[in-house]
Amino acid sequence: MIRTRTFYVVLLVAALLVAGVLSYYASTSPDGLMHVADTTGIASSQKTHATDGSPLAGYGVSGLDHRLGKGIAGVVGVLVCLGLGLGLGRLVRRPAATDAPSSDS
Amino acid sequence: MHVPDGFLDAPTSLATGTVAVVGVGLALRGARRELDERTAPLAGLVAAFVFATQMVNFPVGAGTSGHLLGGALAAALVGPWTGVLVMSVVLLVQALLFADGGLTALGTNITLMGLVGVGVGWAVIVLVRALLPRRTSSVVPAAALGAAISVPVAAAAFTALFAVGGVADVPLGAVLTAMIGWHTLIGLGEAVITALVISSVVATRPDLVYAARPLLADRSLEIRTPEAVA
Repeated sequence: MIRTRTFYVVLLVAALLVAGVLSYYASTSPDGLMHVADTTGIASSQKTHATDGSPLAGYGVSGLDHRLGKGIAGVVGVLVCLGLGLGLGRLVRRPAATDAPSSDS
Repeated sequence: MHVPDGFLDAPTSLATGTVAVVGVGLALRGARRELDERTAPLAGLVAAFVFATQMVNFPVGAGTSGHLLGGALAAALVGPWTGVLVMSVVLLVQALLFADGGLTALGTNITLMGLVGVGVGWAVIVLVRALLPRRTSSVVPAAALGAAISVPVAAAAFTALFAVGGVADVPLGAVLTAMIGWHTLIGLGEAVITALVISSVVATRPDLVYAARPLLADRSLEIRTPEAVA
């Protein structure tokens, strides 16, 4: 059985490769919801996204070519999700038996 | 399935926002029972993995694509409450950093892909797991079926929200048929990806698959040697 730490590293590397490299080869067709929205007319009420002008909008980096930009955007997204998820995990996990008693709200 | 701004009216978006806040609040409490010191990092790793996989749209025909939603996958790996937290993290990051999924639709997206996706996925997993032989590999078909069913159900839930608060004047029957049709196909892709990931983890570290833990406990009761734990 592989060690827990090794397993976690493998999972993270897989996520970085999928977001950083494989994502470039993703289909660029509209997804199910957007396809239905386009064909039925729902899309007519769509509003521009409030953060459309942000540097990573649309999974790219403004100023960089598509391949590099998408890869960097993917890696940034993976790391931000990792950080937030790790933080939440630490926040809510059961405290270890040896931990000092904490005020449980 | 990221709903952009403008598809649903303000009262509906406010209502789904409230549902999402309550759901995430409950999940913060519920996740306590799912995560311990050893498995807590999985919340971050599964969020990172779901985000990554969502970037890879696969074609489903006729100029349409789909991508993993990940609700059933997250529920199987880290448990339903932590799964809701994981999905919420991913959707928040996508809306804020990548302009994917409207800001006013964040509650809608957490409701659909977080609460409905995870909830339906987990319900199916528990049901199928109870029907299959008590071994860890049974989690694979259970998660795949949970994935396959959760996607069209989330699509139907979107249609229900659209029926209540849709802005565009569009015949509902056409929306429902198209949403369920396309998302049944996308659900098949969701099932394949979920089965691949869960079977790899079950094969290497079944103890890290939340949905497999009751089956593991069973197995270790049958083995009578003390070394079995190592």
